[in-house]
Amino acid sequence: MNLFCVGLSHHNADVEAREYFAGHVESDRALRNCGCNEALVLSTCNRVEVYAASEKRVSTDEIARCLVRDDGPRRFAPAFYRYEGEKCAQHLFRVTSGLDSMVVGETEILGQAKKAYEAARATGAAGRYLHRLFQRAFRVAKQVRTHTEITRGAVSVGSVAVDLAHKIFGDLQNCKVLVLGAGETSERTIRALVSRGVADLRVSNRSPERGEALALAVNGRAIVFEQWLEQCGEIDILITSTSSEVPLLWQEKLAPMLRERIDRPLFIIDIAVPRDVAPDVNALDGVYLYDIDSLQSIAEQSLATRRAQVAAAEQIISQHVAEFDEMITRGLNCPVQSSEHPTVGIVEQGS
Amino acid sequence: MRGGIFRPMRFNFFAVGLGFIFQTAFLSIRGHALGHCPITNLFEVIVFVAWSIALFYMLVGPGYRLSLMGAFTAPLVVLLQLFALLAPIDKPHPVRLRANSWLEFHASISLVAYGAFALACIAGVMYLVQERQLKTHHLHSIFYHLPPLTDLFAAITRLLWWGFALYTLGLISGFFVGEPLPWIQITCAIGVWFLYGLILQGRYLHWFAPKRVAALCIVGFSAALTLLWGITFTAQTHTP
Repeated sequence: MNLFCVGLSHHNADVEAREYFAGHVESDRALRNCGCNEALVLSTCNRVEVYAASEKRVSTDEIARCLVRDDGPRRFAPAFYRYEGEKCAQHLFRVTSGLDSMVVGETEILGQAKKAYEAARATGAAGRYLHRLFQRAFRVAKQVRTHTEITRGAVSVGSVAVDLAHKIFGDLQNCKVLVLGAGETSERTIRALVSRGVADLRVSNRSPERGEALALAVNGRAIVFEQWLEQCGEIDILITSTSSEVPLLWQEKLAPMLRERIDRPLFIIDIAVPRDVAPDVNALDGVYLYDIDSLQSIAEQSLATRRAQVAAAEQIISQHVAEFDEMITRGLNCPVQSSEHPTVGIVEQGS
Repeated sequence: MRGGIFRPMRFNFFAVGLGFIFQTAFLSIRGHALGHCPITNLFEVIVFVAWSIALFYMLVGPGYRLSLMGAFTAPLVVLLQLFALLAPIDKPHPVRLRANSWLEFHASISLVAYGAFALACIAGVMYLVQERQLKTHHLHSIFYHLPPLTDLFAAITRLLWWGFALYTLGLISGFFVGEPLPWIQITCAIGVWFLYGLILQGRYLHWFAPKRVAALCIVGFSAALTLLWGITFTAQTHTP
């Protein structure tokens, strides 16, 4: 039995090509008709891959044809990659561990692979070979996450800000957030905070219309720009991104607001350039000031840490590849009964 | 934080819990052999304090989802136990002590209070480490394994209250012991009580920022430890 993987990913195909070969409802029948005993399509925003087991060799072109939605002339001729046997296992283990992802160590792909496998198992498209392969892949991913720091730290400015907020306040549900300036980055940061449960959002902008529009968009309330400073006694997180040429907040201005809230920290995220908050504010007790450079530096540090863990992760993967290859050679060397898992299936993921 | 986000680790809790069971068994056997609470020499006192630390860790850790405090608590407990086992301090008390329930209550409740103070000190160290990294923007590996600042501060406050209440009880019961105690011991014990009272007062009246409260927890526990060593030392050298 041949175990193989044919696919396209962000490494070798643009989004248009990936969309074109993303598969369709008839792909399962097409894959079965072209000779796959077992097949699973992993279709995400960054990759389209077919994992299959077949008695006879099925060419890459045949697999690619099964993934195309229309019968019209082929608009793309991308270079599909193809991995067979242990290389196929190695590739899947790297994918589920996040080593092949656009952002090294991201964990979303593991969930997507699990969903794809569950759906294929439910339809009977995944048989003994794919079962062993994917179960092993999930184990490898778990081991890589546990034994290396491949998933450590946030790698974008917004997620770094949110994670720092979590490290200061723990549960973010009761945090009060004031956003000063209705820029694009501040909106992204707010959305990231909302995704972690922040409900009390206040937006203040020089132009009231833009402020109100953002407040409406994030389900917050608009604050008159002249009154934003008064909010500093109440809020937990301040996000500033105005286009002011001079700082809007400095130590002497903020210190009186902190007297009544000495045991509650204040997290200030200054993503404006030039900066809205003078650096000396960070010296105040209980105030944690991060500007765009410091957030970016943490994101880069996390990415560097993740990349440094790749070698350790590869080592874990190679051990499992060897074990899996041995298991396939010894225990699964008999052909799969065609009646056992006769169908193939396709699962499309949203991202 | 993604993968590095603080998550309580059950392993720490169960590891400390297992150690706690063995400590309880040891103290129980020793207590039966002595015929009273096993706090007659420095060895027993250290084991008792380590037991109290484990007890408070298990009481406070799950309540505040601070199981990761185990990463700091477990090494301290192990160090105390190792010191107790390796140092030649397990010397039997020179005279057989008379049973005195007030004295036993005073000593044991005070040592349990020490457990709370020790854990507050550990939480204080964790708070200061976390706070410094957040201030300087230099996030080291340990940062990703520490609980959130506000959770740590809530735990410190709770531990200070427990420790202070128990210590007060221990101090009051000391006046009913019925045996003369050295005045220096009494003065120092009251001094430690005042210090912790001041920390709590300062915390609620907003005299001290959380960072200062965390630092004072370390100062307070150092003072309490010095007092404990003094008491044990005088008890062993000035036995009638």
